Amino acid sequence: MTLQECYKMMESDYEDVLGRLYKEELVKKFVIKFLSDPSYDNLCKAMEERNRREAFRASHTMKGVCQNLSFTRLYESSKNLTEALREDWGANVNELFEQTSEDYKQTVAAIREFEASEQRDY
Amino acid sequence: MGIKKRQSIRHKILIADDSEMNRTILTDMLDAEYDIIEAENGKQAIEIIESRGAELSLILLDIVMPEIDGFGVLMEMNRNNWMDDIPVIMISSETGAVHIKRAYELGVTDFISRPFDAYIVYRRVNNTILLYAKQKKLMALAAEQAYEKEQQSNLMIDILSHIVEFRNGESSSHVRHVHSLTEQLLKKFVQKTDSYSLTRRDIATISTASALHDIGKIAIPEEVLNKPGRLTAEEFEVMKTHSMIGAKMLEDLPIYQNEPLIKAAYEICRWHHERYDGKGYPDGLRGDEIPISAQIVSIADVYDALTGKRVYKDAIAHDKAIQMIVDGQCGAFNPLIIECLLECGYELERITEDSMQLERQWMQNAAEEIMQHEGLTGSSRTLAVLENERIKQDFYAALTTEIQFEVSLSPLMVTLSPFGAAKLGLPEIIMDPMQDAMLLSLVDQKVLERFADTQKATTPQKPESTFDCQINFGGEKRWFRIYSRAFWSADEPPVYTGAIGKCVDIHDLRTQLKEFERQAESDSMTGLLNHAAAKRRIADRLKEKPEGRYALVIFDLDDFKGVNDNYGHQFGDRVLKYTASQLCGSIRGNDIVARVGGDEFLLFLEYKNDLEPIIKRIFDSLNGNFEHFTVSLSMGVAETDVVGSNYEELFRAADNALYTVKRSGHGRYEFYNKSMYDTLSAISPIEEAAEETGQE
Repeated sequence: MTLQECYKMMESDYEDVLGRLYKEELVKKFVIKFLSDPSYDNLCKAMEERNRREAFRASHTMKGVCQNLSFTRLYESSKNLTEALREDWGANVNELFEQTSEDYKQTVAAIREFEASEQRDY
Repeated sequence: MGIKKRQSIRHKILIADDSEMNRTILTDMLDAEYDIIEAENGKQAIEIIESRGAELSLILLDIVMPEIDGFGVLMEMNRNNWMDDIPVIMISSETGAVHIKRAYELGVTDFISRPFDAYIVYRRVNNTILLYAKQKKLMALAAEQAYEKEQQSNLMIDILSHIVEFRNGESSSHVRHVHSLTEQLLKKFVQKTDSYSLTRRDIATISTASALHDIGKIAIPEEVLNKPGRLTAEEFEVMKTHSMIGAKMLEDLPIYQNEPLIKAAYEICRWHHERYDGKGYPDGLRGDEIPISAQIVSIADVYDALTGKRVYKDAIAHDKAIQMIVDGQCGAFNPLIIECLLECGYELERITEDSMQLERQWMQNAAEEIMQHEGLTGSSRTLAVLENERIKQDFYAALTTEIQFEVSLSPLMVTLSPFGAAKLGLPEIIMDPMQDAMLLSLVDQKVLERFADTQKATTPQKPESTFDCQINFGGEKRWFRIYSRAFWSADEPPVYTGAIGKCVDIHDLRTQLKEFERQAESDSMTGLLNHAAAKRRIADRLKEKPEGRYALVIFDLDDFKGVNDNYGHQFGDRVLKYTASQLCGSIRGNDIVARVGGDEFLLFLEYKNDLEPIIKRIFDSLNGNFEHFTVSLSMGVAETDVVGSNYEELFRAADNALYTVKRSGHGRYEFYNKSMYDTLSAISPIEEAAEETGQE
């Protein structure tokens, strides 16, 4: 699986990220590093504890990371969630959180697959 | 490995972001050139700034962070005045104008918004570090050279506007073009009219300030600013706010409000989109309500925008651009300025072409400039210059065969040139000279103290001095002259900090001079003083100790003319010499004796109690036989007790007394009293006395 295919699978913009980071190696490194990024876990924990500030912060961080990696789909959903959490518990927070979770899982699944194929290649 | 340009210190950057991913991405973009320190929340960031602030060249600061957020960090930095020393670039996806405005108000230098572009991040970081480094260096260099400072503040403005343009995505030459065009148009303009009273200084200020005309664009959203197509009405409204935002940014500067440059920049930022007919923005000013600076810049801006290439349009040729402006297609302008534009004609085209080359050269110069000053502050540059001077001086000092020295006050020490030290048999460095046994074996402590006094008597305006003293040199006391130059600090009031100088052996010269002096003062035949010298010394003595009791004695040989006539001049001379030696043998060392005429002698002496026995003893010792000739003399004596301590009075009184003796038949002495006041002079006109009259 190529990095492009991986991006395609997670409905993201490979050209965009390459245009900013310039080196495929770098993109690859960060994409795989995303698997160990704690913001999703922090988000889940904060949602469970109904801690809005922490939830906002976690989704905000995730949004920022996604933006940097051009994870377009996950960026959109985490952005919406961030805005819903910014001032108060927005009416549709739960819905947005579920959307974010779903997108996160899809993204992670794509990266795992990519990672597995990378390891096979070596 | 190739030759490294310079072993420069790597700048340190603090990245404060709660996401490790984001920190890693930024680190990857920057760690080739910079050392990175990471903080994962605001609290940590503050701790790092507090403990290692002096090392930091830049902070990349996230807004949303746990513990303390980015604004909290900025406020803490402001409270501690750290903002002046460390530039901060905000990183955030929070592009809302409120956030940006607040961040600028808190003193951030720039923004980097997500998603990060490796190139832009690197350039912004680099620009900001250079800008700050530049600013710091400027402050250090300011004291050194005003001209240099001006050049570099232009450079700073250029860098600043370069950053703005970098964001605008415009060609970075636009600012330089506008600068040159503004200058050219202004020069033409002042030739045409003097109703605006623009000085050369004003022209320079306005031209420089023109570089800042678009700084407000930093706050315009990227998508509007760099939109390739035509702006919608709504987007245009957003775009139009840049003039007011720029003005506000300048207005909000905490300092420099009274700088002419800032005032001009404010006018230009705010009103460079006004038009002469009142149809411009933001205030709809018309005619000369628009400051002249903004009027000129607006036309320069339009011309360069037309003739340059933009994302939304191609370049337009010079002729066509001029035609469009004249036709009013870009709005109405002051007719006088349009006239200037027409008159400048193709010169303008040349400006924009030249400045392309200038630009390239400028970038190179800037780079060289920065390389040159990297890690070298104003004061360390000064030190380097001083070090060179020191090497030079040491070199010459090693070659010289002079005794050179340097005195410093704190610590109090004397440094001798190698030759001087060897010649005097002293160490090269003498600490605490006033107490140094070796130095004191050569020079009296009193002499050192007197030298210190002459040093204290110097001033910053007259630092040179000379001082003669005796030094024990090679077993004899020899005279040296010390030429020195004192150093005074630039403080107010100035403080004496030390001196340099040299010691010249003037002993032989001085001995020679003394000999000449003695010869000039003495009577060649008898070796006694001449009249003029005697008079000087007596006058000095009277002045030095006016309370003393003195007597002035004049005597001559009786019938000396007869001696010459009967025995010849040679015998007469021997009689005079004999008398002189008799006189010298019967007086004390401090008495002054002189030959004041052909056979007339003078004696000046101090006494304590009784004068008459002294006079009698001297008188008796002078009378006697020389070979077959009997010496007889007449003597007049004047006392300061009677006459007072004026030399002229004393001399006249003694002369009167002598006359009195002569009139009543020779061979005795007489003390002057008032009854003799009207008597004539016994003294024959003599050469020395004639010389004297010239001085009186």
